[in-house]
Amino acid sequence: MSGNAISIDGVAVAFEPGQTIMQAAEAAGVYIPHLCHHPEFAPHGSCKLCTVKVNGRNGASCTVGAQPGMVVENNTAELNDGRRALTQMLFVEGNHFCPFCERSGNCQLQAVAYFLNMTSPHFEHFYPPREVDASHPEVLLDRNRCILCELCVRASREVDGKNVFGIAGRGIQARLVVNSHSGRLGDTGLAATDKAVQVCPVGAIIRKGTAFRVPVGKRLYDQAPISEVGTHVTGQGHGKT
Amino acid sequence: MAKLRVATTSLAGCFGCHMSFLDIDERLFSLVEAVEFDRSPLTDIKRCGPCDIGIVEGGVCNAENVHVLREFRRNCRILVAIGACAINGGVPAMRNNIDLWDCFQEVYQYEGGTEGRVVPNDPELPLPFDKVHPIYEVVKVDYFLPGCPPPADAIWRLLTDLAAGREPRLDYTMLHYD
Amino acid sequence: MIQTCSAVDNPDSVLKPILARHGANPTRLVQILREVQERAGHVSDDAVTALAAALGIPRVRVEGVASFYSFFRRESHGAYEILLSDNITDHMQGKKELMQYLCEKLWIEPGKVSEDGLVSVWNTSDTGICDQGPAALVNGYAVPALSRNRIDLMVELMRAKKSLADWPPMLFEVRDNIRKPGVLLGQPFEPGSALETVIARGASATLKEMERSKLRGRGGAGFPTAVKWASCSRAAGKTRYVVCNADEGEPGTFKDRVLLTSYADLVFEGMTVCARVIGAAKGLVYLRGEYRYLLERLEAALEARRRANLLGSNILGEKGFDFDIEIHLGAGAYICGEESALIESLEGKRGQPRNRPPYPDTHGYLGEPTAVDNVETFACSALIAKHGGDWFAGIGTAESSGTKLLSVSGDVKRPGIYEYPFGVTVREVLRDCGAASPQAVQISGPSGSCISWKEFDRRIAFEDLPTAGAFMVFSRERDMFEVARNFSHFFAHESCGFCTPCRVGTTLLRKTMDKIHAGHGSAYDMDEMRHLSRILKTMSHCGLGHTAANPVVDTMAKFPDAYERKLKELAFEPSFDLDGALDTARRITGRDDPWAHIGEEP
Repeated sequence: MSGNAISIDGVAVAFEPGQTIMQAAEAAGVYIPHLCHHPEFAPHGSCKLCTVKVNGRNGASCTVGAQPGMVVENNTAELNDGRRALTQMLFVEGNHFCPFCERSGNCQLQAVAYFLNMTSPHFEHFYPPREVDASHPEVLLDRNRCILCELCVRASREVDGKNVFGIAGRGIQARLVVNSHSGRLGDTGLAATDKAVQVCPVGAIIRKGTAFRVPVGKRLYDQAPISEVGTHVTGQGHGKT
Repeated sequence: MAKLRVATTSLAGCFGCHMSFLDIDERLFSLVEAVEFDRSPLTDIKRCGPCDIGIVEGGVCNAENVHVLREFRRNCRILVAIGACAINGGVPAMRNNIDLWDCFQEVYQYEGGTEGRVVPNDPELPLPFDKVHPIYEVVKVDYFLPGCPPPADAIWRLLTDLAAGREPRLDYTMLHYD
Repeated sequence: MIQTCSAVDNPDSVLKPILARHGANPTRLVQILREVQERAGHVSDDAVTALAAALGIPRVRVEGVASFYSFFRRESHGAYEILLSDNITDHMQGKKELMQYLCEKLWIEPGKVSEDGLVSVWNTSDTGICDQGPAALVNGYAVPALSRNRIDLMVELMRAKKSLADWPPMLFEVRDNIRKPGVLLGQPFEPGSALETVIARGASATLKEMERSKLRGRGGAGFPTAVKWASCSRAAGKTRYVVCNADEGEPGTFKDRVLLTSYADLVFEGMTVCARVIGAAKGLVYLRGEYRYLLERLEAALEARRRANLLGSNILGEKGFDFDIEIHLGAGAYICGEESALIESLEGKRGQPRNRPPYPDTHGYLGEPTAVDNVETFACSALIAKHGGDWFAGIGTAESSGTKLLSVSGDVKRPGIYEYPFGVTVREVLRDCGAASPQAVQISGPSGSCISWKEFDRRIAFEDLPTAGAFMVFSRERDMFEVARNFSHFFAHESCGFCTPCRVGTTLLRKTMDKIHAGHGSAYDMDEMRHLSRILKTMSHCGLGHTAANPVVDTMAKFPDAYERKLKELAFEPSFDLDGALDTARRITGRDDPWAHIGEEP
């Protein structure tokens, strides 16, 4: 291997200086499972789904900078086992009921679980009491489905310039909150067209009236895995874009 | 070759998984060549005897569910959880964040409730749990087939793989949670 | 001044002076919230909204911070809030019974405010007073050595609605308990004496001495201090900072408490030495909230140093040697002991560890080069500056120079602070502190390692047993499973919640330990815990997650009997109480169907 290249599962992948392993992999069309990463936002590194082995040590590929000659293991049984366990943790800590979720078929959490061949959530369910906020005329916030990726937090702050969303609480009590004295989404400055509404990888932020434009069965991840069709097109019930 | 003995049941489910099972259509004929049914809604046998495979639809929402589930676990060499409810509680688990007391009040006591506004109290009605649980939180489960319901092709694949002694392997389109 | 919290809930009169004092600066949000909490007893919704407006930051940010730290309350927890330290050593000194006694005397349930709004009693993570436990915090102020007598007195004072300022001072008296002083604790230190040497020698020669001393960080990780300082002094930045990590949150550790109580000058002098070496003009001490009672005397020590020209401008007459120190208080978050989380907290944010690299030596406080070191590291640095690197390197072992302060607690006759040259065996320490029939020692706290009686000849040193100082001793009659269970609760409570494996994994681990404790564990759960431990260790974001399973992993390996005698001889047991889950339905229906009693699977 020469110049600016790393090896991912034995395949040489070129990178631009300053790129993370994830960015280099994305540019080369190599899929590394992830949920909190989004190419338009700065590395975050909280979901840990993108953990890879870098020169023998684990690291989140979305935050580790690519260095010439790095040997990265990605699609291995060991890593996928760990990623599956993380996905199962996300399922049991919230209330994720795919059969009646508007985002089913376009949901990245579900798609990653499919990719990792997750057949059950494995762990004991927490069934936490979480609030649903339907106070906004055009947007529904269902915290049961929130996975704390903070994409809405970042999008609202960095793109929309509004800071509509934030994280409160600590540890397993961490929760998504909104920027109003009443704590209601309808009392914030959120607009349905905000980036924050579009980036939710799961069914926590849903644009009302659009959910079933594409029927279940014909959605993005219904026929092909996330590793083939990508991640950043779930949109608000638009299906493939 | 001896026929495989298979038992099926629906706990806190809607029998939708059983309906999907019947959707294997003409493959039912080859299935009955290879398997014999023990306790199942299809046979109306009331007690489960020793079986090779037990298929359980639905979650655990009451005491009776536990008795049936344990009977299946005791008797079945391989226990399969089938469908969303058996795997994460599904639609019945929507009540998990409503206090059972409030739930009963809402259903039976308030407006639109039962005549005389009493909580039905027939011993035939099993006592409900505070929460609905997936079956793997109550007994050890060997295989899971998600879906609401799982597609007939997935059920067929799972059964034929298990019958042949293979580790079940689903195609991408057979693994669905919705 | 010690004050009783009153239920003041008027944002303006409470907030205005506090905001004025902090210049409405959002990086001071944690300090502002702490003062609001102290003044008003809680941080109300109105206060959150008003603070956001006054500081010009989004309300969600204020709410995020106010809900992150354990000591901030969003509603009143009574005029007196009593928090009992919940470390295993407190339990071993009778914490549970005393809590029950206290609650019965007050006619309250733990965790709930009394109906008259007078008092609440609940748990808090280890308060750093394990050598004289069980300890409590009353409205944030430490009360050690709880006993029935002391509780009787406290209840009397509360019933009489006495302000904390009028409580007898002896209730708040925390002793040093220095049992074995060495070069650090054993010789008097003349404030300014190290700085005089540094000024005479020069900054780069002082760094050379630091290199020669081979001093390694005393927080546990053991990074060479001189390397950190050198990197920090080379890093590009508008300015540089010295940060003293006094967030001594590791259960079982209390040596920084003693250093700050009786050796504060040594610590401040070390920080000033560092400032000279790296070229910093400002220092910050991040003092854990549990040590609130030390704040005034530390401020007074700083003031004395300013008067003696050991802080301020042109220190000791050296032109351009400008440095001052400010104290920030934490508010109940173990994670802030992690240096990047600590910096976030200093900046007025949630204490969540940053993505690293870059490290604080190049991108620290406010993005500037920052040297973050432990309290004890700074104390050592002052002595090295004064006596030279070779002197220090001559103490201890080849890889671990100098001495180490150990915070000894648990089943010993003489708990307290012991100073040893590195290389001392565990057995020697046990002998010195009067440990009676010890079976295990938890070295360096829950995040460290648990060693059994078979390993007592191992040495306290970076090359064998690295430690931040905690040394908790467990005698043969202790149940090591319960030790590990206590620690599993600690980590689940202290996880910051940023990354999936730690946020969910620590809670799953805690639940599994509780399940085994309740008698519902099986071999399946043992495998599950091994599985969870691997995920935590290999996929977490920071050291908290990496080490959170250590107590479980160590005790499972070294004290398997402690687990096995609790396990059912079954392959699998449900995680919830099947029969108990029917209680509500029985109550509603008034039925008690005999067949609906769910016992164990026969």
